[in-house]
Amino acid sequence: MNLLEIIDLKTHFPTSNGLVKAVDTIDMSISEQETFGLIGETGCGKSVLGHSIIRLLQSDTVMKGKIIYKGKNLLEISEAEMRNIRGEEIAMILQNPTTSLNPVITVGEQIAEAIRLHQRLNKKDAKQKAIEMLEAVRIPSPSQRANEYPHEFSGGMKQRVMIAMGLACDPALVIADEPTKGLDVTIKIQIVELMKEVTAQKAMLLITHDLGVASEMCDRIALMYAGELVEYASVIEIFENPLHPYTIGFLDSLPGRGLVPIPGMSPSLIDLPDGCRFHPRCSHVMEICRQKHPGMTEMKDGHFVRCFHA
Amino acid sequence: MKKHNNPFMDNIRRLSDSRPATVGAIIIMLLCFIAVFAPQLSPNNPTTACLEDRLISPLTVPEYPLGTDHLGRCVLSRLLYGARISLIVGIIVVGISAMIGIALGVISGYYGGGIDAVIMRFVDATLSFPSIFLAVTIAGLLGRGLPSVIIALIVVDWTAYARISRGSVLSLKETEFVESARSLGASDCYIMTRHILPNIIGPVIVIGTLGMAYVILSAAALSFLGFGPQPPTPEWGAMLNAGRMYMRTEPYLTIIPGIAIMVMVLAFNLLGDGLRDILDPKKTVIE
Repeated sequence: MNLLEIIDLKTHFPTSNGLVKAVDTIDMSISEQETFGLIGETGCGKSVLGHSIIRLLQSDTVMKGKIIYKGKNLLEISEAEMRNIRGEEIAMILQNPTTSLNPVITVGEQIAEAIRLHQRLNKKDAKQKAIEMLEAVRIPSPSQRANEYPHEFSGGMKQRVMIAMGLACDPALVIADEPTKGLDVTIKIQIVELMKEVTAQKAMLLITHDLGVASEMCDRIALMYAGELVEYASVIEIFENPLHPYTIGFLDSLPGRGLVPIPGMSPSLIDLPDGCRFHPRCSHVMEICRQKHPGMTEMKDGHFVRCFHA
Repeated sequence: MKKHNNPFMDNIRRLSDSRPATVGAIIIMLLCFIAVFAPQLSPNNPTTACLEDRLISPLTVPEYPLGTDHLGRCVLSRLLYGARISLIVGIIVVGISAMIGIALGVISGYYGGGIDAVIMRFVDATLSFPSIFLAVTIAGLLGRGLPSVIIALIVVDWTAYARISRGSVLSLKETEFVESARSLGASDCYIMTRHILPNIIGPVIVIGTLGMAYVILSAAALSFLGFGPQPPTPEWGAMLNAGRMYMRTEPYLTIIPGIAIMVMVLAFNLLGDGLRDILDPKKTVIE
């Protein structure tokens, strides 16, 4: 059964230069306990998609379509109901752990407060729970570290704290927005291992541009380009049998596969190209690609691609 | 480097490294001590007039160490009691102004839009008058006495806190820890009180300490002009005014309260500058 289903989602930002179509017609679903990877270049709209799910966007954002979570359309509920879902049902682990913790509040207190937002606990019990959470994310001597401030933690430790905070209320779905950004390789591996362990019983949407991390953690992967999904399939399918030229280009740009860059730049989200959005950069471009916008087609069981060529 | 786990203790230590701030803090503590124990420290009753002993010069009679004024009241006793009034006025005005200013500034910065425009135009309008002129006008309208001085100074003073807190909130509300709090289900009210407020306390403490100096000086000025507490209340500004008539013959009557005002204002300015140095992240010394 699908825990989260996104139907025809559009998230547009009105600006003085025009409408920024950050998320444009996305359909996807995440089932319970599944880890779904969302991969794309910087600026393709993947973070906006993550934020759209819990409606954590500026107030003038235009959102259309449906986001069905446990049978409820999250775009139709009130802000107060949304607040109860954030953290309690759907939690977000943000990028940049260094700036995502309040510098003037102790780490233990921040986790305890996150718990108290949703659970009726007194301060002492919440603090105890916070220490347990710190222990769960493998922070050594948690009861002592809980009384320290964020600046006394290293980057990797801060990311552990962010994970502890996100999971404090035991949400069913975790949205992790580039959780390994800015961490060096050894720490990255530790964080990936930790996240795999603590989110084993949960559904997760992993937003990243790191295919290595995605392949390690995800069940399915979707490639996002210029506001839309271009291909999605199981991890094995994506790596063994990629169909979309963008996916192929993305894989070829990996250090292990020759470091071949995709020529050109991703288009402006205000002024998208006609036809296929990838055609100006595509090596297999055909006449039809310039004129018609390809739809999502199922090529194999569960392997969808948006390309005329495939 | 000795490491304190508590940032408050850390700041106290850094403050004590600054000599001017230490001097300021010591003088303020001394003045507070004087204000609290004025009845025990005063040699005479500050309001008892004794016309036989009028206009005695300082350091001439042991009974009146700093001499007597034109009504024969002990200048030292009046000075000590005067510290009480100045400090109380300062604390009340700064406290209430800060509360009003922070509340309005945070709301203004956080919500933006129409609320922001209304509050900030009101601030601009208040600031477009010379502050002492506005205070004189308000004190004049409300009539003489300490309460009208306090109200007049609050009306002038709250704008500084509103501006500084609005400015801080504008940058704080875009920070990732606010976004993070929101992603965990925090409400606007919770974010303002739990996440934003603790982060603006630093600049507010600086403005408040420097504001104490300004308020004490303004209160003395209003008293000097006759809007403040009425005789025989011992107030430094009023003492200055009363001594004005005898400036040629008995200059100590103006010099002594003048020095008292100067010392108190200077002490708050020294402490305020020191606090600004340690609380301003741009000036933080990396140890």
